[in-house]
Amino acid sequence: METQKQTNDTYMQDIPDDWFSPKEKDERKAEAVVRPSLSYWQDAWKRLLKNKLAMSGLVFLVLLTIMSFVGPLISPHNGSEQMLANQNLAPSSEFWFGTDELGRDVFTRVWEGAQVSLFVGLAAALIDFAIGVAYGGIAGYKGGRTDNVMMRIVEVLYGLPYLLVVILISVVMGPGLFTIIFALSITGWVGMARIVRGQVLQVKNYEFVMASKTFGTKTGRIIRKNLLPNTMGPIIVQMTLTVPSAIFAEAFLSFLGLGIQPPLASWGSMANDALTSILTGDWWRLFFPALFISLTMFSFNVLGDGLQDALDPKLRR
Amino acid sequence: MLKYIGKRLGAMVITLWVIITLTFFLMHAIPGSPFNNERATSEAVQRNLEAFYHLDEPLYVQYFSYIQSVVTFDFGPSIKKPAQSVNDMLGRGFPVSFELGMVTLIVAVISGITLGVIAALRHNGFIDYLAMTVAVLGISIPNFVMATMLIQQLAVNLPIFPVATWSSPMHMVLPTLALATGPMAIIARLTRSSMLEVLTQDYIRTAKAKGLKPVTIVFRHALRNALLPVVTVLGTLAASILTGTFVIEKIFAIPGMGKYFVESINTRDYPVIMGTTVFYSSILIIMLFLVDIAYGILDPRIKLHKKEGN
Repeated sequence: METQKQTNDTYMQDIPDDWFSPKEKDERKAEAVVRPSLSYWQDAWKRLLKNKLAMSGLVFLVLLTIMSFVGPLISPHNGSEQMLANQNLAPSSEFWFGTDELGRDVFTRVWEGAQVSLFVGLAAALIDFAIGVAYGGIAGYKGGRTDNVMMRIVEVLYGLPYLLVVILISVVMGPGLFTIIFALSITGWVGMARIVRGQVLQVKNYEFVMASKTFGTKTGRIIRKNLLPNTMGPIIVQMTLTVPSAIFAEAFLSFLGLGIQPPLASWGSMANDALTSILTGDWWRLFFPALFISLTMFSFNVLGDGLQDALDPKLRR
Repeated sequence: MLKYIGKRLGAMVITLWVIITLTFFLMHAIPGSPFNNERATSEAVQRNLEAFYHLDEPLYVQYFSYIQSVVTFDFGPSIKKPAQSVNDMLGRGFPVSFELGMVTLIVAVISGITLGVIAALRHNGFIDYLAMTVAVLGISIPNFVMATMLIQQLAVNLPIFPVATWSSPMHMVLPTLALATGPMAIIARLTRSSMLEVLTQDYIRTAKAKGLKPVTIVFRHALRNALLPVVTVLGTLAASILTGTFVIEKIFAIPGMGKYFVESINTRDYPVIMGTTVFYSSILIIMLFLVDIAYGILDPRIKLHKKEGN
């Protein structure tokens, strides 16, 4: 201790006095907020921008969405047109991603498949959102017996094996795009409802909600204006993670022959058709749909992870 | 604890009942009889067939007899292959699927935990990034894509492993790998984040201060606590492995339960679809139940909480 103080003193002696100047004291400046005030969403967006992996996922998804509409237009071929003279052609300047066993252009079909996958994913996420938020919001806000009964129902539905139910419904309703979306949303909203309920239970006890109540605000307005905006973070994260699981479920069903039916293309049905090509070495038929399923799922997953970090108020700096 | 088990048991029975009822009424909601799409049969044959499968009785009678047969574990004969009963198919397919599922689960758990622990110990290091990249890729690549790519690379281009079927340990490598990647990735990510959280706890600092060996700290103090969240996802992972067996068994031509299930879907063989669905669901629900109980036993905080409550 003693030596420490001595060294400090010797250092002080080395520094000339005119290096020091009195600091200007301003009481008002000390109180001023230095950092520009950011809303929750601005801050989250700023943090998301810094996350390179999540941003590359977002950029890929934007490009994919654009290409799913532009791709079939710039391609000289029609995706469902069968040209039997052009069976199993390797990628070339004429067929950019090659052709399949029926002579259909893989390039066009990949983008048509992207439309199907994105549509299924977004539709499933939006339906889950609508049902889940309404159900979870009511259960969480009402509490007590209502909550108890509603959550018992959710518990039973949660125990149902998701893909089995989806398969069963597809068998009954016959395969097709709307069957898939219907089947996915029948049990898909349960996860969302649980998350919303948990969030609402937490937020409804905060002071600002109580203040709002003492002003005589109506219940519907409290739910819409006070509770939902404050639960939006986890809801958005859940939605970004619902999309890849819905895309996977669609590909899985189409792979089993229960999904999208020809002449429509889907990544899963393309991969299923391409199974025979493994042995003949026509790699492009499997490679392109497989690549785009994986890249899309990857992008949604990293974007979901990034959003989870960005929207978590505890990680705010 | 007993009250908790009782409550979960009740929920399990209700879920099972919902599934049985759902499958029954969904199957009967399909318009037409399962026989009238085949070759023309006479009125009498048609009626005999319906009588054989009890389809001529009123719906509620069929419902109760179905519940009865499920409880006694008898799913009746197949419609498309009348010589076989659904029980025969389950008996033949289940051991194979069980083997595939169990080997996959073990591989996924061991490799996932190892990967997660290493990544956490080398936090933000090269190995951490490598492990997490592998993990995100594993989650992003669907198992049927993984399976076909593995066949293409390791069975056709480089003939190391057999292309299909299920008869020797060498045959098991590719299907297991394809099925285990996804669950392994999920376990690795979960272990890593939970391990990172545990490593900042006070008792780890205490253990370090006591001068314990790093190996002891990691295995005795950190890992045991970090594994609790991993236990909770085992139920859902088992579900994803189980549904994954459908496509894996299809791709590798493995004679398991999934093969019968997919076949029965394609041929619309309703008794087989119903039987396998109920069977699969029961396994899954029992798994979820066991995981819940295991979690209750493993987590000392839950017991403590219950004691305080009483």
